[in-house]
Amino acid sequence: MPTNNFIESSFWNFDSLYQPQQHPARDQHDTFFLSGKNETLDATHLAEFHQIEGVVADKDLTLGHLMGVLHQFFTKLGITKLRFKPAYNPYTEPSMEVFSYHEGLKKWVEVGNSGVFRPEMLLPMGLPEDVSVIAWGLSLERPTMIKYGINNIRELVGHKVNLQMVYDSPICRLDS
Amino acid sequence: MPTVGVKRDFLFKALGRTYTDEEFDELCFEFGLELDEITSEKEIISREQGDSKASGASDVILYKIDVPANRYDLLCLEGLVRGLQVFKNKLEPPRYRRVSPDSGGPQRLIITKETLAVRPHAVAAVLRNITFTQERYDSFIELQEKLHQNICRKRSLVAIGTHDLDTISGPFTYTAKAPGDICFRPLNQTKEYTATQLMSLYRTDSHLRHYLPIIEDKPVYPLIQDSNGTVLSMPPIINGDHSRIRLQTKNIFIECTATDLTKAKIVLDIIVTTFSEYCAQPFTVEQAEVVYPDGKTCIYPELAYRKEKLSAEFINKKVGISESTERIAQLLTRMCLLSQPTGVRDEIEVEIPPTRPDVIHACDIMEDAAIAYGFNNITRTTPPTYTVANQFPLNKLTELLRQDMAAAGFTEALNFAL
Repeated sequence: MPTNNFIESSFWNFDSLYQPQQHPARDQHDTFFLSGKNETLDATHLAEFHQIEGVVADKDLTLGHLMGVLHQFFTKLGITKLRFKPAYNPYTEPSMEVFSYHEGLKKWVEVGNSGVFRPEMLLPMGLPEDVSVIAWGLSLERPTMIKYGINNIRELVGHKVNLQMVYDSPICRLDS
Repeated sequence: MPTVGVKRDFLFKALGRTYTDEEFDELCFEFGLELDEITSEKEIISREQGDSKASGASDVILYKIDVPANRYDLLCLEGLVRGLQVFKNKLEPPRYRRVSPDSGGPQRLIITKETLAVRPHAVAAVLRNITFTQERYDSFIELQEKLHQNICRKRSLVAIGTHDLDTISGPFTYTAKAPGDICFRPLNQTKEYTATQLMSLYRTDSHLRHYLPIIEDKPVYPLIQDSNGTVLSMPPIINGDHSRIRLQTKNIFIECTATDLTKAKIVLDIIVTTFSEYCAQPFTVEQAEVVYPDGKTCIYPELAYRKEKLSAEFINKKVGISESTERIAQLLTRMCLLSQPTGVRDEIEVEIPPTRPDVIHACDIMEDAAIAYGFNNITRTTPPTYTVANQFPLNKLTELLRQDMAAAGFTEALNFAL
């Protein structure tokens, strides 16, 4: 499988990830099929964002391990209060949405999605049965909002960014 | 992710207790739902159309609950309540049964070969002696709409039609005719239209116009009629007014036409399992017979239960917990997956009901055990593989400074390292 493509085939993008044939993600308006865009933007949603992905493959990984990894991962971003909610992805089971407490908005905000890959995805690749893969994905924007107390994602990305805020804010160093 | 709107007080009444918003939010979170919004009809209209349009609208509190995309059984108040009550051990998972009619043969839906060109599949069932209240009726209509939007992929894969059985008489025929040959009085209209005229009429209907392209250009349009030629529906567009369901309706004939038979069966099962609660014999569904163009017959609804076996060790290992076989069987039963230890080592037999088409393999069962255990009760552990790396602080700082220094006019150059 070529790994240097900006544009991916439907087979590698959907079929190999156990995405059903008629799944909405394959629709024109949920995937950028080289043309067209149809997304609603609001305070916590963008159409384009910086995505971070993590994957750990080993023998006998558990859901508890996934939570432990996520805890360590987010602690490094300065986010320590986490809760996990059962969710659904076509290619992971179990799946969890990761929530963190936003002190400014005074509510739990979703900061990422995660799960354990379904065996139906791994076995066809030739991986042994006892190998499990835990994975998670998140955007850069939401944890930044939480860490810096920003309430509207469009203050960080897009044409509504406050340039004075960018100029005045110190350079970003996440060291603890 | 679909959102289901329910009246809060009806929800609490059905759940048998009241909750504060925080308590209910917590319950949703645990179960895998999200209490997205607490609002009212008045507030919604006010926000979308302005305060003046909102006066007179209801300010009954509505809960908007986000439901996972693969849980068709949770798409209405009845489904949510049942799922939550079983989860909280307040209710046993119901047993859904398909029954023969008390007298006479089952209702028959005969499919003709003309449908092959446009929408070849159909399934059907009957809900007998049902009692509607205004809320139940609204919920019944709303569930069909939710299913249409989700698993039915905006009616393109499956279209649902529900009819007052006492206004029509079987056997029913599912065929396809040229648009000019179809003429009937559709729902909410006072006169008859041909199908061609309906295509024009609904072109400006904000709701129905989206479905017209599904059949518009086909040489024949799907049509369901009873033995007297009364039109029940022209799927996937509109039902006939004659067989419309009313508050007083007691017997319902449900038909789902489809391009995807698997989904049609799931949709039918979801509707009948959810609303058979209100039948005189709760959770029983009267069977119907579908006859194919080649003469083959099928009985619906399938209401299939299936059994899977797995070990407690499998679940404990995958989740990262350490529970006994009996306890795991109890956890699964709370998720409507009726389970018992078989007595052979730590083996558990799990029964998957027709309301859970999302349970495909063992990992789906394992997830439900984890949900019942409580995701946030699971101990967080670190995998042995895991190494926590750290970027060298000097490297981090120089990365941050490089761009701005170049912008300030300096030129970056790479010197030799050795």
